[in-house]
Amino acid sequence: MEYGFTTAAYVVAAVLFILSLGGLSGQESAKRAVWYGIAGMALAIAATLFGPGAGLWLLSLVLIASGGIIGFQLATKVKMTQMPELVAAMHSLVGLAAVFVGFIAHFELGRVLAMDASGKAALEGFAALLAKKDIVEINILRVELFLGVFIGAVTFTGSVIAYGKLAGKVNTAANKLPGGHMLNAGAAVISVLALIWYFNTGGFFPLFIMTLAALFIGYHLIMGIGGADMPVVVSMLNSYSGWAAAAIGFSLGNDLLIVVGALVGSSGAILSYIMCKAMNRSFISVILGGFGGPSGEQMSVEGEQIAIDVDGVATLLNEADSVIIIPGYGMAVAQAQAAVAELTRKLRAKGKNVRFAIHPVAGRLPGHMNVLLAEAKVPYDIVMEMDEINEDFPTTDVAIVIGSNDIVNPAAQDDPNSPIAGMPVLECWKAKQVIVSKRGQGTGYSGIENPLFYKDNTRMFYGDAKASLDALLPKIE
Amino acid sequence: MTPASARDLQKLGYDCVIEAGAGAAAGFSDQAYKDAGVDVVKTAAALYKAADIVAKVRPPSDAEVKRLREGQTLISFFYPAQNKALMEAANAKGATVIAMDMVPRISRAQKMDALSSMANIAGYRAVIEAGNNFGRFFTGQITAAGKVPPAKVLVVGAGVAGLAAIGTSTSLGAITYAFDVRPEVAEQVESMGAEFVFLDFEEEQQDGSATGGYAAVSSPEFAAAQLAKFREIAPDMDIVITTALIPGRDAPELWTKDMVDSMKPGSVIIDLAAERGGNCKLTVMDEKIVTDNGVTIIGYTDFPSRMAAQASTLYATNVRHMLTDLTPDKNGAPAHNMDDDVIRGATATHKGEITFPPPPPKVAAIAAAPKKEKPKELTAEEKKAQEVAAFKQQTRNQVTLLTVGAVLLLGVGLVAPASFMQHFIVFVLAVFVGFQVIWGVAHSLHTPLMAVTNAISSIIILGALTQIGSGSFLVIILAALAVFMTGINIFGGFLVTRRMLAMFQKS
Repeated sequence: MEYGFTTAAYVVAAVLFILSLGGLSGQESAKRAVWYGIAGMALAIAATLFGPGAGLWLLSLVLIASGGIIGFQLATKVKMTQMPELVAAMHSLVGLAAVFVGFIAHFELGRVLAMDASGKAALEGFAALLAKKDIVEINILRVELFLGVFIGAVTFTGSVIAYGKLAGKVNTAANKLPGGHMLNAGAAVISVLALIWYFNTGGFFPLFIMTLAALFIGYHLIMGIGGADMPVVVSMLNSYSGWAAAAIGFSLGNDLLIVVGALVGSSGAILSYIMCKAMNRSFISVILGGFGGPSGEQMSVEGEQIAIDVDGVATLLNEADSVIIIPGYGMAVAQAQAAVAELTRKLRAKGKNVRFAIHPVAGRLPGHMNVLLAEAKVPYDIVMEMDEINEDFPTTDVAIVIGSNDIVNPAAQDDPNSPIAGMPVLECWKAKQVIVSKRGQGTGYSGIENPLFYKDNTRMFYGDAKASLDALLPKIE
Repeated sequence: MTPASARDLQKLGYDCVIEAGAGAAAGFSDQAYKDAGVDVVKTAAALYKAADIVAKVRPPSDAEVKRLREGQTLISFFYPAQNKALMEAANAKGATVIAMDMVPRISRAQKMDALSSMANIAGYRAVIEAGNNFGRFFTGQITAAGKVPPAKVLVVGAGVAGLAAIGTSTSLGAITYAFDVRPEVAEQVESMGAEFVFLDFEEEQQDGSATGGYAAVSSPEFAAAQLAKFREIAPDMDIVITTALIPGRDAPELWTKDMVDSMKPGSVIIDLAAERGGNCKLTVMDEKIVTDNGVTIIGYTDFPSRMAAQASTLYATNVRHMLTDLTPDKNGAPAHNMDDDVIRGATATHKGEITFPPPPPKVAAIAAAPKKEKPKELTAEEKKAQEVAAFKQQTRNQVTLLTVGAVLLLGVGLVAPASFMQHFIVFVLAVFVGFQVIWGVAHSLHTPLMAVTNAISSIIILGALTQIGSGSFLVIILAALAVFMTGINIFGGFLVTRRMLAMFQKS
């Protein structure tokens, strides 16, 4: 088939991909948008398979199909609470694929350059494309390829570690090898040196060295970032996987790869930005890992945490007219979303105004809480963003905090010396009564005392979120 | 001590004794105490002999002070500031005196704050007493026999007693207004369902936290503004409950004779400050009077005793909490820890020394109210100027960015060959489109967004597909692996996105 046909198909696919991302602006249009994405991907693959340069298409189809079966299994079996892990794991695959594709491009380049003119004329497919390039283009190609492999390798190990941390297989605390960021800087310097070396010689060895260095950077960078920063990390890796695809697209001269890579890359970058803003931290400080130490004497917390039992909570809820529920990662850990949804249904059936307040960084993935609540069949029109609902707390009878801590910490507003000072938080303490469902008296991820728990209108409802709610449900009549 | 608190005290390791008939007024018989394991002794004198710790309500009489002995602890209301002689007498005996009225007002000590317990009762009882003397319903009703307007209640002073009164009167259905010199309690007042009476007064109002949560003396101008406001609303009020007290001073006069005169016949004034001269000058301590124009003024000071069972229960609990703090080891032997803010604050005499007045507590009772910055009212011009400035700033930023971007692009264009530039333009445009599109994505759909971008970033499969057919075995292996992995990703990513989106339902 003609080269022009493939390009045309790519243009259509690119438009479909853009529509598919744009459609995510609303829940209803999103359902249509996924089909755009699927159609775009199918079109792109079909066009490539039938287009010039593809060989062994039977093998390719078999591989795609077998990969598809595994993907299907994963997608249907995964629990919604495990979404962060799944997303991280998938990023690692993209990263690794980028590394492989980059390597292949290198081998092919070497093979083609070694040929004489007659051999080059006989080439077809990708190799033929390479053969047409002049020396400047070859050099640029090398840089692009190098970048693609570098970003791909960082994405790969980074995602594997992020997966491990999210799945609880790797310690979630911020861990750094001795030497800290010097090691990262060292590895980066090695990569740059390797680039110069590679640029001059074109040998495989510097590429390999760089790959090792990049793998190390990915590993060490993510090891140094703690659990609550995961939303940023995952979106950042998302972004990287896009840039890797774009870099590979450059080296292969494939515009669709560039377009999609750029789309994904900018999407991830924006998500990272939104997440960072929601925590009032700069991207750099997240990447450098861990919360900084307090910058001065923190306000001491005075008072005691007042516990409340199931009957007390039931009474409060039965008497309340308006309730706002603030879920956090703890709800996901306790798998309490179904119980929360049941509670919501019961309260709503009694004519109470029940809403959810979602902080942008609640959970371990951007939008994690929304997905969990949707899974439990909580209607999305009562699930509100922080900015939509923050002003409503003073007119709310009961705010229920389930498994969240730092995102409802008044110290962010009151105490300029708090490590989270300035972070936008849900002002649940302005509600008439606050119930905090929490496992024990410990602090949140950031290790900061939460003055909310000591407020006069706060009652602590200790215990596993799911067990507590299950005990509560029969008492709401 | 109630039978219930006696059981708790025994858990602390104490043996309990009680004077015969002590609980009678509150409805606790001697038998009930015996059943709780308490020794009932005949006389107070015998009790003083038997007990190491004596807990009572009122300050001890001179005779009782004489009965104290070295090492004995007395827990009661003591008012050490007013009862210097009594304190010295007790000290001469070598006894430790813990004044329940001196418990500092910090969160931790709330459970032993007997003043608050008693004030709570007084506030409640004040409303009940007012209702008793008020000839109408509290709540408004429209009945077959005609329309009844709701009673209007004004509570002056929103301390513990005031808030209790507000709560009681709103729950009886009255329209309740409340006033306090501390504007920061407006929120508490409103939370109890009453309307806060604001003054039009331009002055930096005091911060109640500076005085341990109590009101302080206000300026003459403020007092005048306050009286003017009261004068304005007095004719409308059916019931007025005044609770305004300033620690260590006579009660301020807030309800003058002319206000009483302007009130409707049948109205009721309850003056909870009667003990200190009253907020209303017509108040007669411990008595109920009716003025010439038919306004009832009640100056009782014994509201807690009028609800003896409730008062005893609460006071017994306060004393029990005090003893719990005094006996951290639960071994029945008090450990008088003078480093403890609460115990230190409440102790008037200890080990032959007068320890009153206590040093200020280490922690402030209430966090100081953050200085509120007044949002500056911008004039129209200023606003406009600000908008223009913001717009200019934005334009400048954008232009700078564009210029830098353009220069960079040009720079690249100078060196790079045309084939690269083609791709580069595509790239830049795609990034631009990406930024425009992604900002529109709903927050709640961020997870599906990640899953779908994940799926489409597998577009890298195209690279592997074009390469798989060309070249050596190694290339085929690597390309095959890449195709396989991206295959997982494509299907997994799209399917999981669909699964997620299908779950989002409208109610």
